[in-house]
Amino acid sequence: MAQLTKSDIGGFLARQGILVAFAVFIIGFTLANPRFLDPDNIMGVIRSSAILGVMALGVTFVVISGNLDLSVGSMMSFSTIVVLDLHDKLGPTLAIPAMFAMTLCLGALIGFLVGYLKLNSLIVTLGMLSAIHGLTLTYSGGKNMDIADKEGTWFSVFGQGDALGIPVPILLFVLLAAFLGIVLAKTPFGRKVYAVGGNGVAATFSGIRRARVVFTCYLASAFCVATAGLLQASRSMGSQNTVGQGLELEVLAAVILGGASLLGGSGTIFKTVIGVLMLGFIQNGLLLVGLQFYVQYVVTWVIIILAVWLDIAAKRGTLWSPIA
Amino acid sequence: MQAGTLSTFLKRGAIWGFILFELIFFSVAGAFLSLSDKAFMDLDNMLRLFKQSAPIGIIAMGMTIIMINGNIDLSVGATFALCAIVLLDSLTWPIFAGLGDWVIPVSWALALLTGVLLGAINGLIVWKTGVDAFIVTLGSMLGYRGLVFMYNGEQPTSHLNWTLVDFAETQFLGLHTATWFLLAVTLVIWFLMTRTIHGRNAYAIGDNREAAVNAGIRVGPHMMINFMIIGFLAALSAVVFYSESGSVNPNDGELYELWIITAVVLGGTKLTGGAGSVISTFGGVLAIQLLRKGLGHIGADTSTVNLVIGLILIAVLYLDRQLNRKGAEELKI
Repeated sequence: MAQLTKSDIGGFLARQGILVAFAVFIIGFTLANPRFLDPDNIMGVIRSSAILGVMALGVTFVVISGNLDLSVGSMMSFSTIVVLDLHDKLGPTLAIPAMFAMTLCLGALIGFLVGYLKLNSLIVTLGMLSAIHGLTLTYSGGKNMDIADKEGTWFSVFGQGDALGIPVPILLFVLLAAFLGIVLAKTPFGRKVYAVGGNGVAATFSGIRRARVVFTCYLASAFCVATAGLLQASRSMGSQNTVGQGLELEVLAAVILGGASLLGGSGTIFKTVIGVLMLGFIQNGLLLVGLQFYVQYVVTWVIIILAVWLDIAAKRGTLWSPIA
Repeated sequence: MQAGTLSTFLKRGAIWGFILFELIFFSVAGAFLSLSDKAFMDLDNMLRLFKQSAPIGIIAMGMTIIMINGNIDLSVGATFALCAIVLLDSLTWPIFAGLGDWVIPVSWALALLTGVLLGAINGLIVWKTGVDAFIVTLGSMLGYRGLVFMYNGEQPTSHLNWTLVDFAETQFLGLHTATWFLLAVTLVIWFLMTRTIHGRNAYAIGDNREAAVNAGIRVGPHMMINFMIIGFLAALSAVVFYSESGSVNPNDGELYELWIITAVVLGGTKLTGGAGSVISTFGGVLAIQLLRKGLGHIGADTSTVNLVIGLILIAVLYLDRQLNRKGAEELKI
């Protein structure tokens, strides 16, 4: 029989602290406003988190492989604008695959630069953030995009429809999360992603083609971004060309909150989903309590730092950093 | 000349060569494409260019230290906005009403103090928790922005003090006040990084933190001081800029961190730390501002500027890798 010692409890708190904190938040919010646990509210939160969540799934792959993707926000603006524009020109059936193809091309470009040319992913995706933003502005001519005939198209089904009684955005988010979760946890490719992120040199010597794995991770990220763009476009049926601005950092916050290390090699899809939901519920709870939307920024700040700190502290065994 | 020296020379001179290229290109292209009949190299135009570089340039000097140190600071845009609000708001506080124009130095001091304090918070967290600076400042970028909003909701904070405006618009020896601040900051940080122990330690820590610890450098406090410096500079930048404009929106300073990091990387500072130069960062700041102005001069719009800067950033990264001898010695993987 294992004896529960004080350090065990400390270790548990440090490892699962973020879930404990989440539970405290939920209880607090529920006491403050019983509507928080209303099924409608819960569905609403998950639904509005779906776009961010879908993007976070792809970024999880990139982060586990030891890289960063700061370009997802402006890439999402790009795919939203493109699909809205092509919708009126080609019809939805052609517009959607065309938009996916174009977004995947951008993902492939980043994957080539980071994977095959081995350039620093932070700088490359920072550059692509700016470049894709410019591309979107050029494409749209600086104007907002709107679907001309909003009633006579089935395009709204992705953002606003229901299937089997579940809103389609949630369904897509869950399906994509399940699929990518299985890919990451149960397939050889998933193990390669962890290997490359954990120790790139060792992975190379074990015969893993690192460049190809990194390349595929960025493709996966671009695919998720394209899906998010589709959801966004279909939900609002029109969009500004800066719709995704700043999302890259929120996505990264969710992934980090889920416990993925920016050094690579750790994290799971499930944890990322938890991170996404946590951000969504905290945001919603603060609004229900009657606080302004910007209070969530400060709360998110505190939570991110605490989450990462506790995670690191649990790994190194001391609360405070050993840096002199 | 040895290959090593040649590549070093190329790298050092690259940013100035790029600036020269930009000047020539925009002068020639401007003669054919520009809608205005003024030359690109017009003196007024160049003086304005320096002035417009100042807000980003002043912070970029701090970012150079932080990046040489092996850290990064994503929160400077939010710090910039928060200090601007403190500056403009404190000018109108009733406690200071009796001071007349002497309120200006007090407000300046308050704004600068706020910047130092925000930087210190970042630095303390990095030091004490051991969490990577990227995550710490990603968090505080959100957090400080939240504080900006909490201060005055979504309303802009405005106050025009004409003494301040006059001061900001003064031209001394032909250069604007903001330009003088930029030059002074560059000089001071250059001195700090090349002539003092603190500067030498910054390179040492960025190059090899373990070794620096073993050599007896107190890494934690050192990094905290650097974060306080960049907080101070973000505040100084806000002070210089908003003394003239007199109105700050809660979204001001957003994406500043991206422009600043771009300028610093263009100047050749390594993200991994241990290498970089303040003078080259100055070149990087000028290069970006020239590009924005030049593209505007030949009739391109903002979208092209974004596109071109993004691509140039990636191209510079690639060229730098190709020129870097150390890269060839690494494992071929």
